Amino acid sequence: MHIGNYINRVHRSGQDLGKAFRKVAKEHGKEPDVKEMCLLLASWADALVEKLKPFTYKYGETRSKEPDRLMNTLFKKPRKGSMGLLRDLQDLWLMSDEAQVCCIILRQAASGLHDKELIAVCNEIEATAKRQAAWLLTRMKAAATQTLIVA
Amino acid sequence: MEESRDSIKDIWGERTPYAGEWPVRVDERTEVEPDKWVQSACVLCSNGCGMDIGVKDGRIVGVRGRSADRVNHGRLGPKGLHGWVANNSKDRLTRPLIRKNGKLAEASWDEAMELIVQKSKELIEKTTGLGIGFYTSGQLFLEEYYTLAVIGKAGIGTPHMDGNTRLCTATAAAALKVSFGSDGQPGSYTDLDTTETILHCGHNIASQQTVLWMRILDRLEGPNPPKLIAIDPRDTFTAEKATIHLAPKVGTNMAVMNGLLNLVIENGGVDQQYVSEHTTGFEELKKIVSKYSPEKVEQISGVPASQLREAGRLLSTTKTLVSTVLQGFYQSMQATAASVQVNNIHLLRGLIGKEGCGIYQMNGQPTAQNTRETGADGDLPAFRNWGNEEHINQLAKLWNVDPIIIPHWAPPTHAMQIWRYAEQGSIKLLWISATNPAVSLPELKRVRKILEQKDLFVVVQDAFMTETAIRADVVLPAALWGEKTGTFTNVDRTVHISHKAVEPPGEARADLDIFLDYARRMGFKDKDGAPLIKWKTAEEVFEGWKECTKGRPCDYTGLSYAKLSQGSGIQWPCNEQYPNGAKHLYTDGVFNTELEYCETYGHDLDTGAAVTKEEYKCKDPHGKAFLKGADYREPHETPDEEYPLMLTTGRVVYHFHTRTKTGRSKELVDAAPDAYVQISGEDASKYGLKEGDMVEVTSRRGKVVEPVRIGNIIPGHVFIPFHYGYWDKPGRSRAANELTITEWDPVSKQPHFKYAAVNLQKAGESNTQKHESISGKISGAIESVKEKLKPEEA
Repeated sequence: MHIGNYINRVHRSGQDLGKAFRKVAKEHGKEPDVKEMCLLLASWADALVEKLKPFTYKYGETRSKEPDRLMNTLFKKPRKGSMGLLRDLQDLWLMSDEAQVCCIILRQAASGLHDKELIAVCNEIEATAKRQAAWLLTRMKAAATQTLIVA
Repeated sequence: MEESRDSIKDIWGERTPYAGEWPVRVDERTEVEPDKWVQSACVLCSNGCGMDIGVKDGRIVGVRGRSADRVNHGRLGPKGLHGWVANNSKDRLTRPLIRKNGKLAEASWDEAMELIVQKSKELIEKTTGLGIGFYTSGQLFLEEYYTLAVIGKAGIGTPHMDGNTRLCTATAAAALKVSFGSDGQPGSYTDLDTTETILHCGHNIASQQTVLWMRILDRLEGPNPPKLIAIDPRDTFTAEKATIHLAPKVGTNMAVMNGLLNLVIENGGVDQQYVSEHTTGFEELKKIVSKYSPEKVEQISGVPASQLREAGRLLSTTKTLVSTVLQGFYQSMQATAASVQVNNIHLLRGLIGKEGCGIYQMNGQPTAQNTRETGADGDLPAFRNWGNEEHINQLAKLWNVDPIIIPHWAPPTHAMQIWRYAEQGSIKLLWISATNPAVSLPELKRVRKILEQKDLFVVVQDAFMTETAIRADVVLPAALWGEKTGTFTNVDRTVHISHKAVEPPGEARADLDIFLDYARRMGFKDKDGAPLIKWKTAEEVFEGWKECTKGRPCDYTGLSYAKLSQGSGIQWPCNEQYPNGAKHLYTDGVFNTELEYCETYGHDLDTGAAVTKEEYKCKDPHGKAFLKGADYREPHETPDEEYPLMLTTGRVVYHFHTRTKTGRSKELVDAAPDAYVQISGEDASKYGLKEGDMVEVTSRRGKVVEPVRIGNIIPGHVFIPFHYGYWDKPGRSRAANELTITEWDPVSKQPHFKYAAVNLQKAGESNTQKHESISGKISGAIESVKEKLKPEEA
């Protein structure tokens, strides 16, 4: 049984997503919308991590370093300027995608285990990750043309 | 000076109580008897009062209200009766100016325009049209905006076009789009003549739209007066007349609105049939608002639960309802989300699209509606959808250009982002027309720095040497209202024509002529090699615009200059179906949300993330309105030990914007000569301040020094009017926007002028002495105005 592995992946990918949003908020503080939105989206990620906690006790967690590896690879060094912003937003999008896929997989197990509460939490994580990704995509699309052609 | 009434002393004039048809009262003010009267409408607020301009010997000598006009029935407010004197000011700009060796020097039109054209061409050659941005206004005419929109979108191909309308009315458009699928106010001012209940949300209508307030005052004194609910943290003139005044802490509108919706649902006020037949999203909305009990709302907003219940009862049972929303919502936290909740009240109650029921997501400026309609702001002409390829094709066909030229790869760039690109150096030419961002944008130190950047070429088109114009590289002298012909549309969709009454001074030109000249010199062509812009006169542009609006919600095809010159303004849609205009939209409960018709596929109310066409298609509401909700979120900057008070900014009745016009009327200046900071009695004692004391107000972004005015505001809050800059009083830091925050609503992108944490302390000894005279003058003026108002307010 590997459910503990995926509980941990969802847990850690959520924590990492929160951290990454806060990091981008800090690095790009001169973009007022980016700063405030990243802080809001970080708070959503944090809240879901809290909601998952009971299940970490219920099923146990098998620690895996992989989600951290993603965070460390993507956000190795601070990136500045409009190109840095675009790259950071894209990496956040990858991380929100990771969080989304992890919880889709965990939900499969939750369904098999008939665990309605866990299914509900997985649904919420997926819906939230979609909203996070939608904002990232909107912001990237708005920034991309100017950044690639003029900046 | 002859005047039918003293509008400084008695802002709203004599009452004409009524129910049904609002009686006529013609207000007039002239310095001599005019030779002729020329049809126009007032441009000193968004109300759009029909007005005639009095002319003698080629000079404007006065104004009078148009008795036949559906908007004002002859009345005019203090700004309308006095503001016209600005046209005759001796300090009008009369020649183009070019910066040479650091100083602005007179130049010919040829030199100025050729310089702009040369810069434009260089930039387009190097970086496409993306290096050029336009920042326009809510003060020009429809014809000027539409021409500018075609230049930007089909000539240059830049998405960087917006107006100061982003600061005043962007949330109106956004909230209407969210709920109803497109911009366009559902109601009509005539709803005020019969309605039972009026809800004012963050809208001090008594000071902002004085003539509309006269209509309400006359109802209040007539038989069967309506009940008023006012949501405002200050004891404004409007709030003083309210049956129920809810005074929430700044930044907590969302909680109050959720609380009211919860009460409407709990009280059984929902029109179940209307909701099921004409709306979508009820259950999700209910789930959100059910968390906002009156007690919880009290905890967040400070509004007593009993008061909220009382307002909830009234909103649950009234048979008709008119709601108005303005900057208290638009420029605060969760602007769009909170404004949408006002639409939701009407939808839940089924109080829309019929007599006595109207929603006015108000505009701040006289022609802001046209900035939005024409696409001179971050929209596409005639409420077209940037996400819908077919809408882009329609425009491309109309303008005879390749669709790829029209920027539609993302939402058009909003003003705050245009300024950010300029700050970062990727926009290198910023063309500012008829607005004064060096006083009106938030965080002025930053704005001044951007305008003064060496690699930013700034063009300013204005009638006066404003705080912005002095920082320009090229200044183009523009004609004012009364010196050019054009049309504009007010909040209740009434279109007015304003005829040219006099010649502009010196070499000043109509904004339309400036834009047409630029288009000609730039050599913009359509895809057959003919000139892109084929118009030469305002009337030709209007005819072109009519074609653009055909079949769209804002259909102008039934209007013409001749028809508009007959008497009253006329509402759109005006077409074959509605030859005399339509009073109400959505009379059949069918909204503009259909997939191929809607202006937007929507946004996430919390994040502003755009919904794609594919996503929208899955839940195509087929003409149902959206009920969308959101949870309350705390403002991003809240008081703390260092900055313990919450600042909010706003207007005074005697001035408009940065006073480029009203500041040139002696009477208006004497009535409100300077900025001030309003604080509560409790805070005055706490800080040891008395009326008229000079205080330093500081935020994380700047500092101002203002005289104190005590009372009529809740403790912990301070208010500073935003009109006052430096053109007529350099030296003392006094512009409210020195303190405000660079931030905006995620959906409407409207900046947050309504909250900023500040500190205050008595100005230093030297400062106090320096400002004693100013302080005396201001407190004197405040007192005298208060005195004069007393009989009216009692």
